[in-house]
Amino acid sequence: MDFTYTVLILLLPFLSFILIGLLGTKLKPVTAGIIGTVVTGIAAALSYYTAFGYFGAGRDASGVYPTMIPWNTVWLPFSETLHIDLGVMLDPISVMMLVVISTVSLMVHIYSFGYMKGERGFQRYYAFLSLFTMSMMGLVVATNIFQMYLFWELVGVSSYLLIGFYYTKKEAVAASKKAFIVTRFADLGFLVGILFYGFYTGTFSFTPDAPALGAAKAILPIALGLMFVGGAGKSAMFPLHIWLPDAMEGPTPVSALIHAATMVVAGVYLVARMFPLFVEYAPDVLHLTAYVGAFTALYAAVVACVQSDIKRVLAFSTISQIGFMIVALGVCTSSDPHAGGLGYMASMFHLFTHAMFKALLFLCAGCIIHAVHSNEVSAMGGLRKYLPVTHATFLVACLAIAGIWPLSGFFSKDEIITACFEFSPFIGVTMTFIAGLTAFYMFRLYYGIFWGRENKALHAEHVPHEAPATMTVPLVFLAVVTLFAGWIPFGHFVSSDGQAYTIHINTTVAIVSLCVAAAGIALATWMYMREDRKVADGLATRFSGLHKAAYHRFYIDEIYQFITHRIIFACISSPIAWFDRHVVDGFMNGMAWVTEKTSWAIRYMQSGSVQRYCIWFLGGVLGLVILLLLI
Amino acid sequence: MDYSGIFTYMHSEIVLIAVIVIAFLYDLFATGERARKAFHPLMCVLMAAVAVVSLWPWPSEGGEVFGGMFTYEPVHAIVKGILAAGAFIVLLQSDVWLSREDTAHKRGEFYILTLSTLLGMYFMIGAGHFLMFFIGLELASVPMACLVAFDKYRHNSAEAGAKFILSALFASGLMLYGISFFYGTAGTLYFSDLPDRITGSPLQIMAMVFFFSGLGFKISLVPFHLWTADTYQGAPTTVTSYLSVVSKGAAAFVLMTILVKVFPAMAEEWRAMLYVVIVLSITVANLFAIRQHNLKRFFAFSSISQAGYIMLAVISGTAFGMTSLIFYVLIYTAANLAAFGVISTVEQHSGGKVDMADYNGLYRTNPKLAIIMTLALFSLGGIPPFAGFFSKFFIFAAAFSEGFKVLVFIALLNTIVSLYYYLLVVKAMFITPNENPVPAFRSDRSTRISLVLCIAGVILLGLVSSVYDGINAFTFGM
Repeated sequence: MDFTYTVLILLLPFLSFILIGLLGTKLKPVTAGIIGTVVTGIAAALSYYTAFGYFGAGRDASGVYPTMIPWNTVWLPFSETLHIDLGVMLDPISVMMLVVISTVSLMVHIYSFGYMKGERGFQRYYAFLSLFTMSMMGLVVATNIFQMYLFWELVGVSSYLLIGFYYTKKEAVAASKKAFIVTRFADLGFLVGILFYGFYTGTFSFTPDAPALGAAKAILPIALGLMFVGGAGKSAMFPLHIWLPDAMEGPTPVSALIHAATMVVAGVYLVARMFPLFVEYAPDVLHLTAYVGAFTALYAAVVACVQSDIKRVLAFSTISQIGFMIVALGVCTSSDPHAGGLGYMASMFHLFTHAMFKALLFLCAGCIIHAVHSNEVSAMGGLRKYLPVTHATFLVACLAIAGIWPLSGFFSKDEIITACFEFSPFIGVTMTFIAGLTAFYMFRLYYGIFWGRENKALHAEHVPHEAPATMTVPLVFLAVVTLFAGWIPFGHFVSSDGQAYTIHINTTVAIVSLCVAAAGIALATWMYMREDRKVADGLATRFSGLHKAAYHRFYIDEIYQFITHRIIFACISSPIAWFDRHVVDGFMNGMAWVTEKTSWAIRYMQSGSVQRYCIWFLGGVLGLVILLLLI
Repeated sequence: MDYSGIFTYMHSEIVLIAVIVIAFLYDLFATGERARKAFHPLMCVLMAAVAVVSLWPWPSEGGEVFGGMFTYEPVHAIVKGILAAGAFIVLLQSDVWLSREDTAHKRGEFYILTLSTLLGMYFMIGAGHFLMFFIGLELASVPMACLVAFDKYRHNSAEAGAKFILSALFASGLMLYGISFFYGTAGTLYFSDLPDRITGSPLQIMAMVFFFSGLGFKISLVPFHLWTADTYQGAPTTVTSYLSVVSKGAAAFVLMTILVKVFPAMAEEWRAMLYVVIVLSITVANLFAIRQHNLKRFFAFSSISQAGYIMLAVISGTAFGMTSLIFYVLIYTAANLAAFGVISTVEQHSGGKVDMADYNGLYRTNPKLAIIMTLALFSLGGIPPFAGFFSKFFIFAAAFSEGFKVLVFIALLNTIVSLYYYLLVVKAMFITPNENPVPAFRSDRSTRISLVLCIAGVILLGLVSSVYDGINAFTFGM
């Protein structure tokens, strides 16, 4: 089958970006929105068609789906083997990602019609969405690590632009800067890793040949570790997670698309992409990522339990769930899914299901914010009567993320926890506990929004009402996907060695994690369902220290603040600034002075008389002859 | 003797001669008003055709005709194509000036003279013998003097023409003297026979320097550059731009091929000589450029220092250097012609304003021109991501890889100085306030086309790596 058309999946959103971006306000807002949405719709259709064709074409003789490069161009050649290409690579995970990105992007495009209606800069918004979609697609279909890096940065730029969409709002500007700087800082690691990788293996390809790898054996763990730093920045792993909660300043659909479903899982995707190398050459680094992921998951889950802003709860929940994915990759000990490689499939499966239900949660949050004009859970309460569709779909998503059978989250989380137990009981138990916490904080949020006391003061002003159809249709669509995605035989499409893997539920793990999730939900129900929340408030006062610390996210931001302002600015930047001002500038000024004086002194050379010119000419020639004869 | 190669290896020269003849006949016989109006578009189209024919990589194998007097290499096609493209852009920019009352009747002369110099350059590039080379050089020089003095009733132009022809005669004389030494010591003037007979004797060293000074004059390297400023300032602006780009590019390429092919035995000497000349050219030109108030004079010194950078490719003497030289010439052509296009159109529409002070506040009245000028200056200064950055990068890399580390460092320092004076112009256009700036105007269509082409080149040539690779594929066999 010919897949050359897949390049259109990148090209179309790019053209739409150029078109909307250039025409800008000359377009009517609706026109811009329609262009963006139709183009994304076409891209989505092409992605589905590609997935259909790719998986439908069947496996090759060795039983794996072949990796295909339907379109490629050498962009910057450095040597025979070392060159930067731009191209499209299709393999199971990139095709899977194409489907995820285009689906969520399309939903967000449709949803934004309602959500962003009447906003200033509507056209700009759609232009940036197109840019983001193009970049993210380019990232996943990258044929080599450098192309991935280029699109990785483009994704970062579009994220920056969209977080700071409300550029008149101070918090939004600060948040966009923070996101950009933190992830750029991490990307430095990525870049250095890539350069190490390229230098020692002599190629930017994902799959160097054996001699190249042999030569780079010693450096590969370092290179891969550095690449993971970049991934950790994008995927908000502790301690580089600080930008993600703030990124919620952007429009909510953007949070759904970029900061829940697609961009933030780029780090997971990166590790998955380099997985064969990780497993083969740097297992220790891989396992280290598991511990980072587990700690992040735990930390974020604890923090999520006490946040009061609906989007921040979801942000920490995202961090925690990405932690799950990273853990699942990190616990792999081989590339055989039957012997220690299960986590790879589990991670990708969770990435897929999480993208759907987390996007759903964010879009629901958007509807709620749309209805009550506030992000604070305290301003909500008792909304289930007013927002029936949002309520139902939010509940589906909550059950899914809590891991309740038969929703999609159950299946993927179960595989992750099974993989963790295979690796070490300690991580297994920890992850099970975090799964319980997840159920608890999600239902705390759910009850806080839809149950409990109604906000009479607000309702007196205007009665909250359900969002328009442009917003609810995507909700219903994603909810349906969330309901049934678990039954997809995911292992048949994606597995660590490419062979078909039949998912079988480990009953012990399944029952234990179901019980834990049920316990979390029960606890949340007991504490938060009623109008008065004696137990919750009592606990908050009893453990006020812990509560406060968790509420302030354990002061990680403050630590950063201290390090940057007190240590880096005061002890490093200030002396450098002094050196720059006095020594470097002094040297430059001196140079300018010398230049000026010399220039003045030799001006007589250009006298304007031809005889003089000829004398200089002849003098120059003779001078050169003498010089050459002397040396 | 076998003359069958004439129509293959000399096809671009033949086409060019045909165009010259067409221009001549058209000028003579097409005297009607409508025919005169069609003259300019016709010449532009013909010139574009010449560029395409020259650039077309055919024949793909090198060869020689007239018993080795004239040679052809595939790389010549690229160079000739670039020069023809440069001439094409100059023609595009010349219309307003040529439509002026005092020049309209000599429009045909301008085309014929310009194309004749181009023909001279073609012969110079294709020469396989010193005499052929010298004839080409003269064919490029003598009509050039006429072009410089084209506005002969304007004092400046006449003076510039006189200075140019006198200096050119002096340079040619010295060069011919040098060539005669070669004949005396080696007994031949064929490029292919000479390398074996070059021994590096003092007489030959002197001959080589004399020869070099002739080309150094055309490229305007220090200390053979003194004519440059006066000529550039006095010549009509269109001619100045032609002089600064096309004529210079051809001479630089020829210098490199001859030095590498004919004088490998004296590599040490010519490298030492170029070392001195490069340091002098870049530094002295920069020092002078800082002080200039007349933009044409300013660009004269700028072009001298650019020539110094081009010599960095020559000094490397490698295929890599050759690629970077051609690439540099190409990008320099785009940037410099954009700058001169702006100068020329502003001059025509403002009654002859060419001082830097006249450009104060240009951005307010003619923002597009100001932006084009800025992009061109950024490229000349080597600011990424414009093409000039890449061409400088490759040229520095070429010299660096041959071990000229100190020289590259000096060149780098000089780029800082050059940035300073390039930005002076930008500052004038964007920041310096002006009570009565050049009034807003709309330039003619062919100038606009030329500026768009140049700016597209400035932006794209560096980013589209296939351009460099394409050149590289041809120079590999040097």
